[in-house]
Amino acid sequence: MNQKVVSSITEALHRTEIKDGMTLSFHHHLRNGDYVLNLVMAAVRELGLKDMTINASAIFDCHLPLVDLIRDNTVTALECNYMGALVGRSISAGILEKPVIFRTHGGRPADLERGKAHIDIAFIAAPTTDTQGNISGKYGPSACGSLGYAFSDARYADKVVAVTDNLAPYPLTDFSIPETEVDYVVPVEQIGDPAGIVSGTTRITRDPIGLLMADMAAEAISASGLLQDGFSFQTGAGGASLAAAFALEKIMLREGIRGSFASGGITSQLVDMQKKGCFETLLDVQCFDLGAVESIRDNPQHREISASRYASPCTDDAVVDSLDVVILGATEVDTSFNVNVHTNSQGLIMGGSGGHSDTAAGAKLAIIIAPLMRARIPLIVDHMHTISTPGETVDMLVTQYGIAVNPNQVELADRLRQNRLKVISVEELQEIAENICGKPKALKNEGRIVAEVHYRDGSIIDTIRQACS
Amino acid sequence: MDIKRRASAGTLESSDVLISVRPADKLILKIESPVFAQYGEQIEKVCREVLAAFNITSGEIHLQDQGALDCTIKARLETAVRRSLSQDD
Repeated sequence: MNQKVVSSITEALHRTEIKDGMTLSFHHHLRNGDYVLNLVMAAVRELGLKDMTINASAIFDCHLPLVDLIRDNTVTALECNYMGALVGRSISAGILEKPVIFRTHGGRPADLERGKAHIDIAFIAAPTTDTQGNISGKYGPSACGSLGYAFSDARYADKVVAVTDNLAPYPLTDFSIPETEVDYVVPVEQIGDPAGIVSGTTRITRDPIGLLMADMAAEAISASGLLQDGFSFQTGAGGASLAAAFALEKIMLREGIRGSFASGGITSQLVDMQKKGCFETLLDVQCFDLGAVESIRDNPQHREISASRYASPCTDDAVVDSLDVVILGATEVDTSFNVNVHTNSQGLIMGGSGGHSDTAAGAKLAIIIAPLMRARIPLIVDHMHTISTPGETVDMLVTQYGIAVNPNQVELADRLRQNRLKVISVEELQEIAENICGKPKALKNEGRIVAEVHYRDGSIIDTIRQACS
Repeated sequence: MDIKRRASAGTLESSDVLISVRPADKLILKIESPVFAQYGEQIEKVCREVLAAFNITSGEIHLQDQGALDCTIKARLETAVRRSLSQDD
C-alpha cells in the first residue's frame, strides 16, 4: 500500500514537486473559518516560492494574509468566484498586477473540464479523511457538510493533497472524494473554525423593509403559476432571501404544495422546509450552517452534489437547468435588468457571482430582491460599475416600492397584476429613488483593469477597474 | 450669529447623521460621508442653506454622515444649531 500520510504541509509540498509559477487550488466550504489556505500559503512562502497562481472557489476576509503574499510576489495571480470586501479592497487598490479572474460556480468546473483552466496542486480541506485519502466533509470537529466545489479540483488537478484534522482508519465508508484522486494526506492541528462556517449573511433579516420585500417575492412566486407540486427552488443566503423562503414556506404549507427540490447553498431553514414536506430533496453544493451539516449527514434525502452537476454550462443538464425559481441579491441594477454583485457603489470589489448568473440563466423565474436604496445610494443606476449577470436572464426585480418585470416577460407581469401585486417599470422605480435620494453623481473608475469577470460560458462579460480613491 | 456653545444632534445609525457644532473663529464645515463622492456637493449645499437661515457666521460644523437624506441632514443640523443657541439664553 502506498503511504500517503506525510508529516507536514512542507513535506507534502516537497513530495508534489512544487515549483515557482504553479497553480494551487482551494475550496471554500469552511468559509470565513478556513485555516487551510493560509497554512499552505505560509509554507509555500517559507520555501521561498514565487509567482504562484491561486485558484480558489472563493476568497473570504479570513484570507487577508494573501495581501502580504501578493506584496512579496509569492502570489502573482488570483482566480476565484467570490471575493470578500477585505481582500477585495486591496485588489481594487491595484496591489496585483495581473487582473483577477472571476468565474461563476458553474464556470469554474467547466473551465477545468474543457481545459481552459489548469490546477497543478489542489489542497482539499478535509474535515475527515482516512489514511488513503477517502474524504468526507460530514464528520469531524471541523465538519462542513458538502464538499461540492472540491470535486472538480480533486479530479482535474495534477496532484491532490488532503489537509485534515480528523484522520480516520482505512477505509472510511461514507466518503465523498475517493482515494483514487488523492496523492497525499497531511494531518494538522486544526483546518478551521467551525463557528466561521456560518458567515454573517446567513441570518433572517429583522429589517421591516426586508420582510415586506420577502412577502412580496413569495406572493409573486405564488402568482407566477410555478408554485405547484414538483416545484423547485433556490435562494441565496442574504437576509431578505432567507425571509422570502420563510414566507414561501407559509404559502406552501397552507396550500399543501409538495415541491421536488431545493438546491445550492443549504441553510437550516431549507432543512426545516424539507422536513415539513415542502421539498422531497435537498441538492447541496455547500452547507451554510451547522444545521445543514447535521442534515446532510443524517438525512438520505439531503444529497451532496458537485459544483459541476450544480451549475456547469458544459453539460446539457445541470441542476440549475431544472430550477423553477431562484431568489438572488444585487448591489446595483440597471434599467436593462443587468445585475452587479461584484462591486459596491464605489466600484470596490466586495463579492462575486458565485452561483448568481448560473442560476439566473437556468431558472424559469429569476427574481432579484433588493431595497430601492441603501444609505442614500439608489439601487438602480444608469451605468453600473460591473455587470455580473446579464439582464436577459433576470425576470423580475422586487423592491419595497413595487415589482419591476423584465419587458420580455409580458405574461408574468399580467399574472402579478391579476393577483393585485404592484407592478411598476424599472424606470419609475429609478425615478422614485432619485426623488428621495437625489441623483447621485456618476462615478467612473478609470484606472487600469484589476479584474476580469468571466461569464459562465467563458466569455468576458465585464472588467473591473482600479478604484480612484 | 456665532456658535458659542457645543451641541449635537443625530446618531451614527445607517441613514442618519451625527452633527456636532462648536465655537470657532470662522465658519468651518467638515463633512465625513461614505456617499461623499456621489452627494458631497448636495450635502454641503443643504448645510449652507440651513446655516444661512440662522445667520450663522462662525462655528465649526462637523457632520459624521451615514448616508442620510437631505431632509434628515436639514433636521439634524437645525436641531444642533437650535440646541447650541438655546443655551445662550
